[in-house]
Amino acid sequence: MPKFKKSTGTSEEIPTAALPDIIFMLLFFFMVTTVMRETDIMVKQQLPKATQLTKIERKSLVSYIYMGKPANSTLYGEEPKIQTNDVFVTVEDVVQFVNQEKDKLSEVERDQITMSMKVDTEVKMGLVTDVQEELRKSNARRVLYSSIKTSRE
Amino acid sequence: MPKGGKRPLPEVSSGSMADIAFLLLIFFLVTTTIANDKGIMMLLPPPPDPLQEDIDIKIKERNIFKILANSNDLLLVEDEPFRGKISDLKDEVKKFVLNFGSPSEDGMRVYNSLPSKMKRFVNQNGKSEKSSDDPTSGNAIVSFKANRGTSYDLYIQVLDAVNSAYNEIYAERVGITAEQWLQLDRDDDIQNDMYKRARQGIPRAISIAEPDK
Repeated sequence: MPKFKKSTGTSEEIPTAALPDIIFMLLFFFMVTTVMRETDIMVKQQLPKATQLTKIERKSLVSYIYMGKPANSTLYGEEPKIQTNDVFVTVEDVVQFVNQEKDKLSEVERDQITMSMKVDTEVKMGLVTDVQEELRKSNARRVLYSSIKTSRE
Repeated sequence: MPKGGKRPLPEVSSGSMADIAFLLLIFFLVTTTIANDKGIMMLLPPPPDPLQEDIDIKIKERNIFKILANSNDLLLVEDEPFRGKISDLKDEVKKFVLNFGSPSEDGMRVYNSLPSKMKRFVNQNGKSEKSSDDPTSGNAIVSFKANRGTSYDLYIQVLDAVNSAYNEIYAERVGITAEQWLQLDRDDDIQNDMYKRARQGIPRAISIAEPDK
């Protein structure tokens, strides 16, 4: 015979009062970590398609250069333009932009800066090579031609 | 003073709070796009040194695989108009790199290190007098020159084709698929070793010439 009485006072339900708090915590985590988009892209961006893509290892080393026809052609015309951060720049300004980006990095990482070129497919090579020349001058030689993965036929 | 004393405050039921939070959570989960930037990696040549005079490096004609693109997006490959698909260009590059026309001592070593399937490929398609000597440094160079009017799209396609030729060679050399090759993690010792083994003696020699002004 059992000597102990079964205790009946404890409820077997899991308290769900803390559930909203847990969910809120998750919610806040996602709200904080979400980066909506750093810059407004003001140029057309139809990236080329390619198969042999590599991922970038370290995002902190990457700076972006956008090239393409301005989205607002009535205001900026039809000629392809270069955009860094939030403004249109000329080819000569690229060096300055690279130096700015380099200053954000620590001394040892400066040589490893990677420029991600987000170039519209309609842009002609002339502009791209001009920018590349500037990149060579400013010693930012690692370039990533940003493209979209195509499925293999 | 109202009579009847205090009435208990009507409680707001908090049972659905979790549901509301869930809804918000799912909204953020769905709208979040963690930007994954992918692309073709390239290392630009160092800037020309103004103090240094032009050095004429003599490279044999047969050791250069020439790709030219004009402003109408037409290709000239090895001095002949190229009308095939871009994927054919990949095979051409592959044959060029793995030609072993007259290999040097280092070239012979590279040849001996290849798996038998690739040796067969070399013996069937390569050994041509008119193509590259061996894939070692400076003996098989893919040169690509675009015009200022060439579209960026074509430039990327050609670069992609040349890169995919090299990647296939590397992948085949260590016995994995090209897809696996691209996903090698170089922080991992074993995979890094594989990477080095594959590239040993076959550098990715792609020369991007500056376009004419």
